[in-house]
Amino acid sequence: MTYLELLRRDRLPHILCEGCGDGIIVNALLEAIVELGLPREKLVFVSGIGCSSRIPGYLLFDSLHTTHGRAIAFATGIKLANPELKVVVITGDGDMAAIGGNHFLHAARRNIDMTVICSNNYNYGMTGGQVSPTTPRGWRTTTTPYGNAEPPMDIAKVAAAAGANYVARWSTASPLQIKESIKKALTREGFTLVEVLTQCPTAFGRRNKLRSAVDMLRWYKENTVALHHARELEEKGVDLSAKVVVGEFADRDRPGLVRLLGLVKEEKEEEKKEEPPAEERAARRREEEERLRKARKRILEAIAKLGTPKIRRMIELGMDVEKIEKELLKHAR
Amino acid sequence: MSHMHGTRFLQGNIACAEGAIAAGCRFFAGYPITPSTEVAEWLAQRLPRVGGVFIQMEDEIGSISAIIGARWAGVKAMTATSGPGFSLMMENVGFAAMTETPIVIVNIQRSGPSTGQPTMPASGDVMQARFGSHGDYAVIALSPNSVQEMFELTVEAFNLSERYRVPVFLMADEIIGHMREKVHLPEEVETFTAPLSRRGARYYFRPDPKTLVPRMQVFGRGYNVHVTGLTHDERGYPATNDAKVHAKLVRRLVEKIERNAERIIRVEGHHLDDAEVVLIAYGAVSRSALAAVRELRAKGIKAGLLRLITLFPFPERLVRRLARRARLVVLEMNLGQIRREVERCSRRRVHFLPKLGGELHTPREIVRFVEALK
Repeated sequence: MTYLELLRRDRLPHILCEGCGDGIIVNALLEAIVELGLPREKLVFVSGIGCSSRIPGYLLFDSLHTTHGRAIAFATGIKLANPELKVVVITGDGDMAAIGGNHFLHAARRNIDMTVICSNNYNYGMTGGQVSPTTPRGWRTTTTPYGNAEPPMDIAKVAAAAGANYVARWSTASPLQIKESIKKALTREGFTLVEVLTQCPTAFGRRNKLRSAVDMLRWYKENTVALHHARELEEKGVDLSAKVVVGEFADRDRPGLVRLLGLVKEEKEEEKKEEPPAEERAARRREEEERLRKARKRILEAIAKLGTPKIRRMIELGMDVEKIEKELLKHAR
Repeated sequence: MSHMHGTRFLQGNIACAEGAIAAGCRFFAGYPITPSTEVAEWLAQRLPRVGGVFIQMEDEIGSISAIIGARWAGVKAMTATSGPGFSLMMENVGFAAMTETPIVIVNIQRSGPSTGQPTMPASGDVMQARFGSHGDYAVIALSPNSVQEMFELTVEAFNLSERYRVPVFLMADEIIGHMREKVHLPEEVETFTAPLSRRGARYYFRPDPKTLVPRMQVFGRGYNVHVTGLTHDERGYPATNDAKVHAKLVRRLVEKIERNAERIIRVEGHHLDDAEVVLIAYGAVSRSALAAVRELRAKGIKAGLLRLITLFPFPERLVRRLARRARLVVLEMNLGQIRREVERCSRRRVHFLPKLGGELHTPREIVRFVEALK
């Protein structure tokens, strides 16, 4: 199977602009799926609104193209209703960090089993290039004509802090790392996020002196710093505030929500394996009870031989032991 | 059969939750809101025991999103809310209508606008149920007036949503939601599930020519179906710049309900045959109205009651017929939302007795109002 077979070729040509970075993401994603050999019918793609959210419409899988910001909430329903499905959300910075910010935070907190691929192009490309929650300070967009005054959100760090199991960030200048991270994310339990810094020369770059895709990719190459280097450099006192740190921000193995809710099939089988000792315990208890019952019966029979006909009848009728005892004491006296 | 059955003394919200289980609902996503919370609380306890899933989402937008997702994953799903949450859900009500997703939304109505009176009954959301989301579409809305009906109409809501692939609203009010009554829950209920289309069919959104409803698909079975809220053709593919495709799709979304209206609509009539004054009411108000009709009859006034069980599609023909031979009096816990529908169908001004603030019309008030008409 090649990744070309995973495209809805009857939908081509696509609507994405020349030079868009989403093609690099699709490439990395489909190669990851092919290399992992994931069965097509068990994958579901969910997206919201925006350029990257159009991607599932070109993939030959079950796909749900939803409303702005809500993809993760829809995906939550899909995953919990059928935990056998592998749910992949394709979203963007505006869709996930702005209008869908709350769903994003809570999905990471729940550690719900899904993979989110966030195409972060620093702006709202579909509507023509407005400021987004990730636009760096000072950069120009159509709604920040004098430069963005607001500090941006660090999506990867927020996801890691909120509780996601696996979080990685790469730029489209390093497609191999994107693919490897997607593979890791797809095979990991819990909430996994791959943030991809992507170029949008059409709506964003040209307003910031980065007119072509090549300019933007070069900018990413020059301005991204790998996480381990960043730590070393910071220790040496190098100022990295103008750089973007890339790498793996979380790599944990906490149980996902599906397991926490007891919806995993293997877990039920494990429970069954644990059951035999419990059954053995019950059998032993039954044996012990039977032994005691027989001993009690023998004692009562012995007493009956000694006692009066009344006592014998009381024992035969299985009357209260205390009453029999009283009668016995009376007889003994 | 996993739902509660037999003769019970139940709260309306709990009867609704049991109705959902009886109808085959195995997924609930919700957010706490008075006066609907008991539905969520009951299902949080019950669903895990019948193989279902309950999740409390971060808000009502997430709740309706999750149930739509669950239905596409092949599980019948429901959410429950009240006015403020209902407003938040409106965007995805449109999404469910556009993607023809069968879901059930329970609205235990309280007084609005805004936060209003959280613990008081009202019927102020009925027009929102019909027209709340942007664009043209049609829905089905039901109005229970007893705890028994909270159970029965919840089952009905699921069956209708599956049959017509449409979001269905159970528009109860706080009185019916919180009232406790004796109910008889049947052991078996009739349930319906939308039939699936053939796998690998290219035209997943091609409707049945008679019912106008396309067959359903489910994720995870190799359909490779694309579902979008954008205007789509019969393959499910976006066709956002095509006027013909859009007009055809949206007309069908409305027509599939209108054409089947007579099959969907349910009403209850009391003394309508010879009535000279017909009271039109729904929900809790209809109980006062029935008492008033009996009192009016005892006084020699030929009154009748038309109780709307289905609010939408609206029983246009029946109301038109009644308007020809009787005076119509609409009773509502709002400032005249269903009155507009009645006026539209009867093509004349109707008498109207509203009641706001969370108090129910008393039979006495209704009797006085009708007597004053003479």
